[in-house]
Amino acid sequence: MNSLFTDIRVGWYLALRQVRRASKWTTTLIVFVMVLTFLDLVVVTGVLVGLIDGITNLYRTQETGDVILTALDNKNYIENSAQVAALIKGLPQVETVTERYSSGGTIEANYQESAGDLNTKTNETGASFVGIDPNTEQAFGKLAGYVKEGSYLSENDYDAVLLGSLYVDRYSFGKMPSLTPLENVYPGSKVRVTINGNVREMTVRGILVSTANSPIAQRIYMPADELRLLMGRTDNNVDEIAILLKPGADSGVFRDTLLRSGVGDVAKVQTFDEAIPNGVGEVKDTFAQIGNAIGSVGLVVASITIFIVIFINALTRRKFIGILKGIGVTGRAIEVSYVFQSLFYAVIGSGVGLLVLYGFLVPYVSAHPIVLPISAAIIVAPVLDTTVRIALIVIATVIAGYIPSRMIVRKNTLDSILGRN
Amino acid sequence: MIEAKNIIKTFKNGPIETQVLKGIDLIVNDGEFIAIMGRSGAGKSTLMYQMSLLDHPTSGAIYIDGKDATALTSHERSRLRLVTFGYVFQDYALLPELTALENVVVPLLMQGMSEKDAAARALRALQRVGLHERPGNLPSQLSGGEQQRVSIARAIAHEPTVLFADEPTANLDRESSDAIMEIFKELHGRGQTIIMVTHEDEYGTLANRIIRLDDGRIVSS
Repeated sequence: MNSLFTDIRVGWYLALRQVRRASKWTTTLIVFVMVLTFLDLVVVTGVLVGLIDGITNLYRTQETGDVILTALDNKNYIENSAQVAALIKGLPQVETVTERYSSGGTIEANYQESAGDLNTKTNETGASFVGIDPNTEQAFGKLAGYVKEGSYLSENDYDAVLLGSLYVDRYSFGKMPSLTPLENVYPGSKVRVTINGNVREMTVRGILVSTANSPIAQRIYMPADELRLLMGRTDNNVDEIAILLKPGADSGVFRDTLLRSGVGDVAKVQTFDEAIPNGVGEVKDTFAQIGNAIGSVGLVVASITIFIVIFINALTRRKFIGILKGIGVTGRAIEVSYVFQSLFYAVIGSGVGLLVLYGFLVPYVSAHPIVLPISAAIIVAPVLDTTVRIALIVIATVIAGYIPSRMIVRKNTLDSILGRN
Repeated sequence: MIEAKNIIKTFKNGPIETQVLKGIDLIVNDGEFIAIMGRSGAGKSTLMYQMSLLDHPTSGAIYIDGKDATALTSHERSRLRLVTFGYVFQDYALLPELTALENVVVPLLMQGMSEKDAAARALRALQRVGLHERPGNLPSQLSGGEQQRVSIARAIAHEPTVLFADEPTANLDRESSDAIMEIFKELHGRGQTIIMVTHEDEYGTLANRIIRLDDGRIVSS
């Protein structure tokens, strides 16, 4: 009769009434601590991972699309680009396709003012140039939306460039390897572009501003035909074909479809995950680990809070615990009552945290990403990861509630009743 | 029947040893109402704690219906306290966050009773002590006398073999004390064995036997 079931039943009976009749302020405070712990554990990691996801997402929307074709390692361009592009455009999963030329080169600014002045520092830098069809690129990645100064390229533009923000000193984060931001460059400024030994003076049409790690910030855009000429390319073969798929289409499946069609013979076919720069995945894992470490500290703090709350509660109720034991209530039933109280705090705290997370934070931050210098962060909180974290909170809280109650329950019954040490 | 045989209880405080009970022999028969009396420090409460299995004697034995209770495990002693004994403490010892009814229900639940049956029986116990109209009151909403009556209801709800009461009127006014003793008389009239510690002669005389202690020894019985 005096079974575990009875202990649980009596423990539940006591816990329910203790929680129900506890000070509302105390209960609110503990639940608030649990909510903060939950958010600390889930959101901090989520934002850190979201920072990197933000970068990946930028690459997808601004550069690679869902699937990108680039030149094979032993080729300078995608052979038979026109036929490949036509094939892709004919596939039902495809939303938009953009074809680009790309080349390295240099860009120089303020060269007219410093001509013949040997004391003036050269205002020149290596650059990554991309030749685009302005209308297609706009349909693909909404490039015009990133123009902060000046205007977007028009269909008939000639000798005009759009500068990514890293090339403009007032938007950049200082010197980077092979990239020295240009000073005093504004829309309308003349710049000298050198590609494959071909030099041309061009006009800055606009400046594209995005986060530092976005592809847009790192590139200089000009009309495709112009870059093709500067590169000295005599045919129409392009360097990149980026494909945006219709919603619901799987990029991996589409990549495989292209490979089966023989596209792999003339181009490297990659999904956006495969095409993002090396190291981003490692950075993502690192950030996730940092997030977990920060979250763990929060978990320890919450456990200590619960420990203290339960310990003080049990200590001040030591006499009553003694009396319960005195009249025959088992120590286990009393411990169970404290475990249930801890569970209540953990479950309510996590429940409120879940509501805040999925009811507000995740949708809000998805719609309004947290713009940070390196990326526009969202909150990445997969349900499975969140469930694991809730389980961690519950386990830690239950242990934190059990230990102090056990410490008090183990004390001599009569000493507890009489308040003796 | 409870039999205490040569009970010695010594308290240690560092190097100092104080012998509070110095070889007590006592038999309490079923249906008796015993009052343990004596000066402060005579060992009254200590003797009751040994007999009610709330404490372990330093030496000697307690027999409950012929069975040596000092040899029982902690779990068995706890079970015995739950089923066989009832306790009324000087300061009522009610759980502050439980209502009068819930305070009485807890030990009944612990005995495996359903919540519904326990509540019905608890209500009957409250009725016996005249508190059935206020079962939903918290202890803080009851007077001292009413709290002590709840404590008695809790002690008798499961119909224990022996009811132990440690100075049950010590914190009460005259009127409340009289009411509590009336309940004890009524319980005894129904055959309830009661062992009560008191320092008040007037209430001690209500018992059918008075055990007087002095300096840890029974001086009259």
